[in-house]
Formats: sequence, structure tokens, C-alpha cells
Amino acid sequence: MSASLEKGVRVLKEVIDAPIASYFSSCVHCGLCAEACLFYTETGDPKYTPIHKLEPMRRLYEQEYTLLGRLKKMVGLSKPVTDAELGEWQELVYNSCTLCGRCSAVCPVGNDIVYMVRKFREGMSASGNAPDGIKGAANRTITIGSPMGVKLPAVKAQMKHVEEDYGIPIPLDAEGTEYMVMLSSMEIINFPEYLGAIAKIMKQAGKTWTLCSTAFEATNAGMQIGNSDLARVIVSRIVEGAEKLKVKTVISPECGHAYTALRWEGANLVGRPFTFQVKHIIEVLGEFQEQGLLKTEGFETDKLTFHDPCQLARRGGVIEPQRKLMKMVAQNFVEMPDAGYMNWCCGGGGGASAIEEGEELRLEAFKKKKSQLDAVKPDRLVTACANCRIVLEEGLEHYQMDIPVIGLTEMIAEHIPDQTQSEGA
Amino acid sequence: MNEIQLLTWVRGDGLDYAVGIFLLGVIWRLFEIYSLGRKKDLSASRSVAGASGWHTIFRRSLPPAGMVKKSPVSYIGGYTFHIGLAIVVFLFAPHILLIQSLTGLSWPGLPSQFIDLAAVVTMAAMVVVLADRINKPVKRYLSTFGDWFTWTVTFLPVLTGWMAVQHLLLPYTTMLALHILSVEVLLVVLPFTKLFHAFTLFGSRWYNGTVNGHKGVAV
Repeated sequence: MSASLEKGVRVLKEVIDAPIASYFSSCVHCGLCAEACLFYTETGDPKYTPIHKLEPMRRLYEQEYTLLGRLKKMVGLSKPVTDAELGEWQELVYNSCTLCGRCSAVCPVGNDIVYMVRKFREGMSASGNAPDGIKGAANRTITIGSPMGVKLPAVKAQMKHVEEDYGIPIPLDAEGTEYMVMLSSMEIINFPEYLGAIAKIMKQAGKTWTLCSTAFEATNAGMQIGNSDLARVIVSRIVEGAEKLKVKTVISPECGHAYTALRWEGANLVGRPFTFQVKHIIEVLGEFQEQGLLKTEGFETDKLTFHDPCQLARRGGVIEPQRKLMKMVAQNFVEMPDAGYMNWCCGGGGGASAIEEGEELRLEAFKKKKSQLDAVKPDRLVTACANCRIVLEEGLEHYQMDIPVIGLTEMIAEHIPDQTQSEGA
Repeated sequence: MNEIQLLTWVRGDGLDYAVGIFLLGVIWRLFEIYSLGRKKDLSASRSVAGASGWHTIFRRSLPPAGMVKKSPVSYIGGYTFHIGLAIVVFLFAPHILLIQSLTGLSWPGLPSQFIDLAAVVTMAAMVVVLADRINKPVKRYLSTFGDWFTWTVTFLPVLTGWMAVQHLLLPYTTMLALHILSVEVLLVVLPFTKLFHAFTLFGSRWYNGTVNGHKGVAV
């Protein structure tokens, strides 16, 4: 057994817990999880059946943690997990799984399959079997500070542009504010209008907020790759930043997995509860709307639909606020089939979009999104995740569908009158 | 050993061994699974009505929207043979008498004609789900020896029980002995095969519901 495999097996043994043991013991091989997975439905290849993606971990569980499995191992009746096998499984655990969680939502015996994939990735990563694309993103986040190599000067340049364009100051490292706003590299590079939108919205709501010079990047490739050590380093920066600035709430940007990393995994990664709250920007906008702090004027008149990011809706529990926000500014808002809790993934979540060799499969899987869109034929597509947005744009371009994709926060901000009565605090 | 001796053994020592292995097996397996425990979730929870382990235990007994259409045989066949098995096992008068002799518990049974029908429907549903396992690429791909084996050990008690009552193929005594023997095989293998889902599915649903309920998601 190679040193890396040994490490991988050790990590896998550590992450196998009672839920995983219960899930493996409950599976009856009914195959219903395949029907929920876009990588199976769009390719028809049974190897993409979600529970099959866990086969090496299942065997390891059986061999290490069950009486019968240990007996079988002792007399040489069981097949050991090998390096070659884990290498072969890379495509199944990363390229063809976006951690979207639809499988976990349909399993009749109740198995949370995506919970297991997330844990399996820990072993895959430890044994050196994570894809280079996400590994690179994780390493850049650790060494440079962001997966796309964005450094503070780029953020400052962005701040300056936004200040000039919107005439609103962008606070940096302001202590004791209510909100600390996080960004994703994608927003810094591709969607600068997000920061402008935040400035307008906060000003109208009269809320204090700040960016943090040591923690502006919210994405966490360490979590996607399945390396809790890296994920912890990345999350710790945000925790330290938020505690140093004594903010009440950290706002996760329009990014699905950043929200999961910070909101649900963060405290577990650092090993203690947070002293601040974590909210997705859509939750914050929803609260402002409820409290009457968000006042918009005018409506979009073309046909709009909303793509629910998996980590925000199905895996994060934020489903209604985005709909209320859409209705606030869109006259012709239509829902795609399966929208909301059971929406289909864009195909690029969970780090999959960073895997170059997975592109062909990703575009194949995008046919599911295409069919959803074909059912309602929207003029534009709105979402709340910069990664979904990029993946959607690539897919739409590939299938020559002329549907612009926009972020919900920026669309809301466009409807905020420039001169508002409630001047910012 | 003649059929009378066989019947005596399966009703006596055989049954004791089978029930003993079954009970010890169930206790061991439950311990081996749930003693692994899990880490406390340190993230702040979001509470939402309907999102809990208990809700999921019940909710997952019903098919999620649109799923029956995608895999009708799994759902219709699955419900039919599970409910059929429950009726045949727990509502056939001789079975109730046996349970009463073992535990003292008793309840009214159903007329034997109805049990006959239920047994036939159960076997038909089991044959259909088996055919589906052979025909459907995903199910065939996932299937291992364990799947064919557990199907067989579940099917045989129904088949032999029905044949004994109908006096088919073999003398009643012999068939009855084979029926009890097949049930004993089922009891012995249940804790150590996928049939153990009969116990763990409650824990699995509970964990799924609890972990996601913590996030305010009703799964």
C-alpha cells in the first residue's frame, strides 16, 4: 500500500460515522438516486448512479467496521481498496458530482448520499486523487488568497471604480459595523456590479458595512476538494477578520458553496461556534424587504425565471426570499419545472466547474437545464450564485441559446432610486 | 431424517437457533452501526416547521413528486410486496398463534382466502421487481450476489407457505417444514444482508432529516 493510499484510507476510516454506517446498511440497490442525478439522466450511463460513486468507501466501511466484513477480510475474501481504483473513481466523485443533493432528497430509505460524497472526498484528497483543477484553486486560495489569484490591490481597484461609478464610499476594515461583506473572485473579476449593488442597497437601508482587507474572498476550494485542513485555513481568515472588526453578521456573496462553507461547515471546521451570524446576501435582502428597508421602483417587463443554486436552496434552506424579491421587481416572473427545493443543478457546482477535463460531461449534463429552460422560454435567467452564472453562460452559449444571465442582487439594485430619502449611516 | 423429524426440528431447536441468531445479530448490527456516533454540529441552527428527523422518517415513506412516473415499478411493485408481506406475515391466523406462543401478544387475523390472494399478489410483485432488476440498466449495474440472494430468501417463505396451504407439489407436512426452514434462513441472514434496511432505514431517515433539518431544510 502506497503512503498516499495509506493516508487516504486512514482519513476515510476517520470520517466514517454512524450516519454513513446506517446509510450503507440501508441501501437496497433500488437505483432511484440515479433518476435524481443529472449526470445519469442526461447520459444514461449507470456508472453515474450516485450510490455507486461511493463503492470504494462502502467496501472500506464493510471491511473495517462490520463483523462479517472483518471476517471476510481475515480470510482474504474481500477486495481491498487500491490506488488505481481511487484514481478511477475521481471522475465519479468530482467531475460527475456537484454535491447538488438531489439524490439525498429522493432516497426512499433516507440515505443522505451527498453527505457521504463530501466525506469520501476527504479520503480522495488525502490519497492524492483530487482533480488538478480544484487542487490548483485550493492552493491559490491558500498561497495568494483567492482561487483566481485575485489579491487585495485588485479589490481596491474594484472599490475605487465602484466609488467613482456610484458615488458611494466603499468602507474597508471599518470596525463595529453591522455587516462584513464577502466577495467571490468571480465577482471581483467578472461581475463588479455586485459590489456597486451592495453599496446602493446598504445605503438605502441605512446599514453600516465593511469589506475586510484580510478576508474578502468567500469561496472555499478546500471544502470542494474535500480537504478539511485547507478549508479550515480559508475559513479561519474570515473568522479572524470578522472577530477583529467586531461585526454582527458576515454576508456570504452570491455563491452557493461559499455559503455552505461559511454558514454550515465553518464553525465545525474551526471547532467552535461563531461569535457572529452568517447570512447569504439573498437572506439579507429578504430581511430588508420584510422590514421595509428595501424600496424599489419600476419593473422588469420581459419574461424572467430564477435558477436556484443548490447550496442556497436544497442544501441551505433559502427558497422563498428569492421568489419574493423577484416578484418585487419582475412583472413576468415564471418558474421552471422542478424550481425551488428540487431545482436541477447547473452542472458545475461543488468544484466541478474548475475541472477542465470534466467540461464535455458538464455540457452533456447541461441538457437538463436546457430542458427546464425550454419549458418556460424565458427572455432572461436570474440566479444568485456567480459560479452558477458562469456555468449557465457557458452552457447557454454551447447550445446557442440567447438567454442573458443576471444576478438577483444587481437586478434589485438597479431598481433602487439613485437619490433615496434614507441616507446611509 | 424424515419429514416428521424435520418438522419437529424446525419447530423446536431450529426455531430457537434462528430466533437467537436473529436477535443477537440485530442487536450486534445496531450496536456496530450506531456506536460509531457522530460529531456535534457547531453551526447555528435554523429552525423550520416540518424539518426534523421524525418528519423525514414519515415523509420518506411517500414518493417525492414526479418520482413514481420515473420508476413506476420500483414504487408500485415496492409498495405492493412490502404491504403484501406485512399482511401475510402478521395477519395470517396461524402466524398470529405462533407469535402469541412466543410473546403472548395476539390480534385478530384476516380470512385465509384474503391471505391467499395477498400471497399471490406479493409473489407476483416480487417477480415483477426481480424482472425490473434484470431489465433496468441501473438496477442490473448495482446488483450483486447479495441482491439475488436476498430476493430468493424473501421469496421462498412466501412461496412455500402458500404451497403448503394449497397442498401443492409436496405433502403438507414436508412443505410446512420447508416453509418454516425457509423462514429460519431468512431470520438468520436478515441482520447481515441488505434486508437489515428493515431496521436501519429509520435511523438513516432520522439522520438525513436531522442533519438537513439543522439547516432548515425539510427533506
